[in-house]
Amino acid sequence: MLSYIVRRFLYAIPILFGVNLLTFLLFFVVNTPDDMARLHLGMKRVTPEAIEKWKADHGYNIPVAFNPAADGINKLTETIFYQKSMTLFTFDFGFADDGRNIGADIRERMWPSLAIALPSLIVGLLVNITAAMLISFFRATYIDTWGIVIAVAMMSISSLFYIIGGQFLFSKMFRLVPISGYDDGFNAIKFLILPVVVGLVGGIGSGTRWYRSIFLEEISKDYIRTARAKGLSELSVLFTHVLRNALVPILTGVVVVIPLLFMGSLITESFFSIPGLGSYTIDAINGQDFSIVRAMVFLGSVLYIIGLILTDISYTWVDPRVRL
Amino acid sequence: MYRFFASLGLILSLGFTACSNTTLNNPYPEEEQNSNTLYSSFSERPKHLDPAQSYSSNEITFTGQIYEPPFQYHYLKRPYTLVPLTATEIPSPTYLDTQGKIISGDTNSEAVAWSLYEIKIQAGIYYQPHPAFAKNASGQSLYLNLSEDMLDEIKTLSDFKESDHRELIAADYVYQIKRLAHPKIHSPIFGFMSQYISGLGAFGKALSNEKKKGFLDLRDFPLEGVEVLDRYTYRIKVKGKYPQFLYWLAMPFFAPIPYEADQFYAQAGLIEKNITLDWYPVGTGPYMLTMNNPNRKMILEKNPHFHRETYPIEGAPGDAEAGLLVDAGQELPFINKVVYSLDKEGISIWNKFLQGFYDSSGISSDSFDQAVRVSGVGDTVLTEEMSEKGIRLITSTAATTFYTAFNMLDSVVGGSSESARKIRQAIAIAIDQEESIAIFRNGRGIAMQGPLPPGIFGYQDGEAGINPNVYDWVNGRSQRKPIQEARRLLAEAGYPNGRDAKSGKPLILHFDTTGSGPEVKANFDWMRKQFDKLQIQLVIRNTDYNRFQDKMLKGTAQMFQWGWNADYPDPENFLFLLYGPNAKAEKNGENAANYVNPRFDQLFEEMKNMENGPERQGLIDEMVEIVRGDVPWASGFHPNNFGLFHAWMENLKPNLMANNTLKYKKVNPDLRAGKRAEWNKPQWWPLILIGFILLGGTLPAVITYKKKERGT
Repeated sequence: MLSYIVRRFLYAIPILFGVNLLTFLLFFVVNTPDDMARLHLGMKRVTPEAIEKWKADHGYNIPVAFNPAADGINKLTETIFYQKSMTLFTFDFGFADDGRNIGADIRERMWPSLAIALPSLIVGLLVNITAAMLISFFRATYIDTWGIVIAVAMMSISSLFYIIGGQFLFSKMFRLVPISGYDDGFNAIKFLILPVVVGLVGGIGSGTRWYRSIFLEEISKDYIRTARAKGLSELSVLFTHVLRNALVPILTGVVVVIPLLFMGSLITESFFSIPGLGSYTIDAINGQDFSIVRAMVFLGSVLYIIGLILTDISYTWVDPRVRL
Repeated sequence: MYRFFASLGLILSLGFTACSNTTLNNPYPEEEQNSNTLYSSFSERPKHLDPAQSYSSNEITFTGQIYEPPFQYHYLKRPYTLVPLTATEIPSPTYLDTQGKIISGDTNSEAVAWSLYEIKIQAGIYYQPHPAFAKNASGQSLYLNLSEDMLDEIKTLSDFKESDHRELIAADYVYQIKRLAHPKIHSPIFGFMSQYISGLGAFGKALSNEKKKGFLDLRDFPLEGVEVLDRYTYRIKVKGKYPQFLYWLAMPFFAPIPYEADQFYAQAGLIEKNITLDWYPVGTGPYMLTMNNPNRKMILEKNPHFHRETYPIEGAPGDAEAGLLVDAGQELPFINKVVYSLDKEGISIWNKFLQGFYDSSGISSDSFDQAVRVSGVGDTVLTEEMSEKGIRLITSTAATTFYTAFNMLDSVVGGSSESARKIRQAIAIAIDQEESIAIFRNGRGIAMQGPLPPGIFGYQDGEAGINPNVYDWVNGRSQRKPIQEARRLLAEAGYPNGRDAKSGKPLILHFDTTGSGPEVKANFDWMRKQFDKLQIQLVIRNTDYNRFQDKMLKGTAQMFQWGWNADYPDPENFLFLLYGPNAKAEKNGENAANYVNPRFDQLFEEMKNMENGPERQGLIDEMVEIVRGDVPWASGFHPNNFGLFHAWMENLKPNLMANNTLKYKKVNPDLRAGKRAEWNKPQWWPLILIGFILLGGTLPAVITYKKKERGT
């Protein structure tokens, strides 16, 4: 297994290089270092000297990808791309354009992201699996039909609707939870209830349909027929046999997203003013802060790769027949 | 089954009723309920809190309360008046000729080579407590040379166990002026101030050679134009005559920075932890930043060492009647603590305001109809819902001009030819700015009559102030000239019915803008409609702000929209937007229209150094008339600010120039706590209903399950 993991990490290097290159190209197609300098220096009384000084201090006064004036390998290393993007491979995220340490900000902001994402994932998983099993149990009845109709309807509604609707109903009309905000420690709970519930409700439709299809596939297999023939009750069949054997595809979907929970949700965090990494990324894009954007894209890619490797490993735990 | 649901409902109802007196949606701790705290929000984290760098309004909201430049604007008096803050008085400059001899200020400004500003500050002003000032028993600084071990224990500024304070001295002001030229600090005004403060440019160049050496103790580097005369006095030498310089001395750029703070924050270990002067200010002002988490919350608390300052004892006419002098002579500040919460979405901000969790709010377009309505006589008044809550509406016209301009370098609409001038004038009449304000700004703005906004010396109201080339004075109010007049002008310019009289080709104009958001298309359609009136085809080129700025710098746009917000209340700060030597394309100045008129430039040179008075008014009137005749700006408006304030807030008067007004404001926490409880009683029945629906929803499943079980 160790050699497999090492091999996967080695495969990841060219992928991350490609991601870096793509991020860099996309960013610099729409932003020049001059644009970035102007944005950071403000709109008024900005002189060309000030722009040059800003670029020099932030390392944007060298060629973008190829430095013809340099010698040898320096033609590639004395460039913005190399100096800004390749250092990420050492997880040195550097400083944002406003001078803040990106690593310190990431360490601080990942906790609020996790505080929303983790309960949303766990509770969502429980609710979705329960609902899917219920519908599967009553398959081919009107409960199944209406359950699917409601699930399709729910997954067709934009997440924005759930967020704004939730804020309107539970914060404005019923005044049960704060409309937005965040606090430290246990004080955060009252701010997390609504975003977690909204995330939960917003995900029920798709989650239930997905798990129902997994359960139905299992239910149609021969071993289930055998279990029923043994005289086991339907509940026992579902919970003891179907659920356990359906864990492999469920794990596929769940384990891969676990590392990405740190990255936060762009929309939810913005609407509920949660100071997580999702809103950090959005702010950086709006503020044309390339340093943060490249760090977050790189981090997201690394976490996604870790998620995929964890998924592969988890197969071996759930299904002993799988060998890596 | 029925009994079960009935019992459950009863238990839940009783339980919920028992706790219905608490405000569950209160985003703040319950113990703060009756505290003397102001609650506000910020939607974007400030980029800089270093006074040498911060220039944006969302940054000055904080720095204005923490840092104290030598002067400030009187809170109540109008027109805006400078008064001393830490200084003992507003100094009169001493003028020198090229030989260094003192000359009278009344002489021709060209004879003035230098202006000397000698500023004396009050003794006995102290900084807020800060670890940079902490010393041990033998007088050595505790934290100016942090070891690795000490740094390990530090995560935020509050982790430093010791702090101290010291007296403000003139050298701190001089130190900050030097910081404007610091190579690692990108002060937005360094380039501009280098033109005025003697030796500042050369000082910056000298410092740039030192930038790799870590902490730069600026006390070791003399700046020719700025010197300490004694413990409480410093002198600034300004090139030529520049009376507006005093206004700059009321901005945080010129607030004091103690060298200890600079040295403290220059330590690499602290920078790694985001503990920098840019994030943890050190000032002498009424407030200090005790929590700075720009990702979530920022808290200002009363500076325990704040010097004695009292509420103004006089104001503008009507202020006493408005209750603005009730607290005259009372010690400032009134509010103990200010909590700013990060809130990005307008919906959240607006609803928290209505629930009483924010003390004031602006009005977005979405909430406009809910907040205000237009009365029968055309006034904007609060809706019943707002009035019932005791909310007050306070309006003011911003010292801001948004304008639609021509590029005077353009071959069709630019230049000084009669034909081009008539095209511009025709377009100025055709663009119905009043309609635009009504449609897109809910009426919040006044159409521009000239470059100067209301509240700035030189602005003329009423008939004397209208632009006679665009408006007529009819029945006591300005009325836009009929579109036939515009068509006539266009025809005289050689474009009858919007076509070139010689070639017959349609007149096509290009309009550059940076619109975004859902209302943009309607805005563009409206703009095209204005040009359709003249049968001119308008091509709108909507780009991002970066591309737009590029076009401005290169002078390649034909028509465009831009704006200017006043730095200080002087007509020079607006008329310089049309001063030839400030042309954007050639000189990278702020004259984006690239307008050049020698007479205007000559008048500007004379006007900019004059004291306000009839003579200056005369020059301004002539300049405004020249601009109206040449039409480099087609149209524009000055926005009206609408602010909503809860009944528990007092001493509210808009002051568009001052940025340190927090100290004058007052809240009534008991009234607020009562209103919050009244407005935020939780409604439990929906939860009970949802519970019953969910339980009811399981019934079919139970029934079907039973049937299934019976069937097997």
